[in-house]
Amino acid sequence: MTLLLACSIAILFAIGGYLLMRRSIVRVVFGLVLLSHGANLLIFTSANLVPLRPPIARAGAPAPEPPFADPLPSALILTAIVIGFGVLSFTLVLVRRAARELRVDDVEELCSERPR
Amino acid sequence: MALLALAVLVVLAVAAPFVQRAAPRRAGAILAAPILLLAAGFLAELPAVAGGTFASSSWPWIPDLGIAFALRVDGLALLFAILVCTVGPFSILHAGESLAGHPRLGRFQSTLLCFMAAMLGLVVADDLILLFAFWELTSFTSFLLIGFDRERADARRAALQALLVTGGGGLALLAGLLLLAIAAGTGSGPVFSVQGLLESEALREPAAWPLVGPAIVLVLAGCFAKSAMVPLHFWLPNAMEAPTPVSALLHSSTMVKAGVYLAARLSPALGGIALWDNLLLGFGAVTMLGAAFAASRHSQLKKILAYTTVSSLGLLMLLLGLGAAKAAAAYLLAHALFKGCLFYCAGILTEETHVKYAEKLSGLARLMPMTAVAAILGALSMAGAFPLFGFSGKELALKAELAAGSFGLPLVIATVVTAIFTVLAAVLAGIKPFVGAPPRLDEPSAESHADDRAAGPRDPAWPRLLGPLVLAGAGLVAGLAPGLFAKPMVMSTAASIAGSAVPESPLSALGLLWPPTLATALSIAALVLGIVLFALRGAWRRATDPIAAASAFGPDRRWNAALDGLMATGRLVATLLRGPTLTGAVRGALIAIVAIIGLAAWRAGPRPDLKEAAEGTTLLDGAVVAVLVISAIAAPMVGSRMGTIAVLGGAGAALAAVFLLYGAPDLSMTTIAVETLVVVIASLVAAQLPRIKTISGAAARIRDLGIAASFGLLVGWLALSVAGRSELKPVSDEHVLRSVPEAYGRNVVNVILVDFRALDTLGEIFVLGAAAVGVTAMLGTARRRGATP
Repeated sequence: MTLLLACSIAILFAIGGYLLMRRSIVRVVFGLVLLSHGANLLIFTSANLVPLRPPIARAGAPAPEPPFADPLPSALILTAIVIGFGVLSFTLVLVRRAARELRVDDVEELCSERPR
Repeated sequence: MALLALAVLVVLAVAAPFVQRAAPRRAGAILAAPILLLAAGFLAELPAVAGGTFASSSWPWIPDLGIAFALRVDGLALLFAILVCTVGPFSILHAGESLAGHPRLGRFQSTLLCFMAAMLGLVVADDLILLFAFWELTSFTSFLLIGFDRERADARRAALQALLVTGGGGLALLAGLLLLAIAAGTGSGPVFSVQGLLESEALREPAAWPLVGPAIVLVLAGCFAKSAMVPLHFWLPNAMEAPTPVSALLHSSTMVKAGVYLAARLSPALGGIALWDNLLLGFGAVTMLGAAFAASRHSQLKKILAYTTVSSLGLLMLLLGLGAAKAAAAYLLAHALFKGCLFYCAGILTEETHVKYAEKLSGLARLMPMTAVAAILGALSMAGAFPLFGFSGKELALKAELAAGSFGLPLVIATVVTAIFTVLAAVLAGIKPFVGAPPRLDEPSAESHADDRAAGPRDPAWPRLLGPLVLAGAGLVAGLAPGLFAKPMVMSTAASIAGSAVPESPLSALGLLWPPTLATALSIAALVLGIVLFALRGAWRRATDPIAAASAFGPDRRWNAALDGLMATGRLVATLLRGPTLTGAVRGALIAIVAIIGLAAWRAGPRPDLKEAAEGTTLLDGAVVAVLVISAIAAPMVGSRMGTIAVLGGAGAALAAVFLLYGAPDLSMTTIAVETLVVVIASLVAAQLPRIKTISGAAARIRDLGIAASFGLLVGWLALSVAGRSELKPVSDEHVLRSVPEAYGRNVVNVILVDFRALDTLGEIFVLGAAAVGVTAMLGTARRRGATP
């Protein structure tokens, strides 16, 4: 499975990076989504993959019974997902606003735009 | 007492804007009264301190490092505390009048009070780190106060300059203080207590010299920047952009003396070390003479006073270098009294006449007699005229220099020449505007004729008059009857500087005048020559024009060039690194990542075992990953916005499935929830987003595809290389083992988030909150704009 996931990561990063280099501003935003998916998956893969054994202890037990999935990447990714969500919503609204105010959808034009 | 005073000042600073709003007319008096009570409280401590009993208190702050919130009020600290708590309220009163009606007056008073708290903290702190913290606070509040007129470019420039110079000095100071602390604590950890440092014998041992030598240079660099020693003096005359109350409080009597204070504070420990003494003597003498020369050529009131202040700071440093504790203490007090007074008077003159130049003012004594009395007394003290306290200060300084023998001769000459210039400056700034022909002011204030100033300049009301009168009176009383307050202050301060009690000697002006000595003769000669020079000042300025032109290419001129150069370098580096456009910046970053990390991974990375990585793959895994990969590949190909959003949602769902399959149900649920929200939000705004367009040409797209593909391959390779590495296992295990017994939670992921790393989660909540505020704000303004086009 690690191999499959590594391939997915490669594809997510490649396409995310490709979209990030587009001049159409909406595509840049979509690229961000794919990149954050890829990054989350990369963290997830860095631990040993243990199928279907979440790190939850039974009632009364002092710790989960091994083998169990590594809880640390999960905790990191959980934070990353939520922050990614905040960034994405903000970016979406920002792009919408920029498009309305400046009537520009090309990133390069946007960079040379002077505030009016 | 010190802690109480600090608390009172902080409370007042917080309350100031509200008081100002509630009682705009009386706010100055309401804010100043408690501080004058504090001054009385400090004065009441004077006999005890002069007797050698010092109040001190200490609370643990960072006990592991031996850093404490320690306060100690000895003679030196008490002198400064009294100055802060007397000159401070006068500034508050003055600002309440001169800035009446200013919309930001409340904030100004608050900042002024913050400064007073910081300055008081600086002088009573008995811990190096605490002292440094207060030191930086004074720089910062000074920045805010100089830049108070933020609409004026000059004020902003002066504020930034003061902050950068004193702040840069602060960095040197911190390094120096740390070195001192380490040098003083031989083997037993650094000594942060100031008192401990002064009592430490280790500083003078040869073994400590490799630390103490650099420490002296660094500490003095900080002191010289703060106290405007040449060549770091240029910020102080520019700082006169600040309103008068600031100039009188910060830039004459207290803050600029912080450097002198610290040099005096450390004198018992470092005085007598050749490097320390020589740096103080050299920089002090050059500053004293150079600044006095500059003062003799200026005619703008505040600039004259500013340059003579720089000169006096030089004299103080010089006296510390000589080890003349008593002379330094006496001149410190005298200067604070007369210079504070003169700054207030200069402010009143400018506010009443709208003239900044002393040459244009004359004969005002009849119109503003009280101001004239204060200003003339102040100017006489500054000139060192009998029987004011300035006379005593200068006599003691000359005596100390004469006592230094042949070594002191150049210093004596420099001091006498400085005294001549100072007399000229004092007469010009403090006496000339009040005597002679009555003023003809209609010319400069022609446009303000219509308003109430048509009545002409006159004495201000008591809030502005109280300060200069009290300070001038104190200078007179101190000279005539020093026993009342000046003598205990000077003797206890001198004891702090010298490290032990200093021998008694006359301090009153009369006691120093009679029997006459060589110092008396020199002092009187300087006075006479100064008056002569004042009479010939026109010729003097013409004669010295060439010298001044040669020295005009000073640090202040270079300042702009230096700042511009810094900015240009920054822009150059930025352009080099990221190119002119955002797209180019991303491209450059990706190429750099691929090149640098790729090279490192190729050379050092372990070769992943593909067979092992392929193990354990089920059909379900394959299906899920297929959905993920197909969604990702489809994303750049779909032409419509809604379509792309749907495809991205599919990728998110596949990701959630991966998490679910590999033991992370929390992640899976969160991903589903977030993806649903994203799809909903994106659909809502999709119609208003710009359309997807293909702008770049085919060649550019193929080039970018190449870059992106190598980037993806690199990250995939990294993923394979790090998968299942066990370096982080101990961290995970620790969390798992502690989860149930310590946090009483059975779901380890939840426990990590809300317990072990709760602060991270709190930060995350703040990020989300900020994003929500941003989203709302941008949606909101767009709607309002739409309503009223």
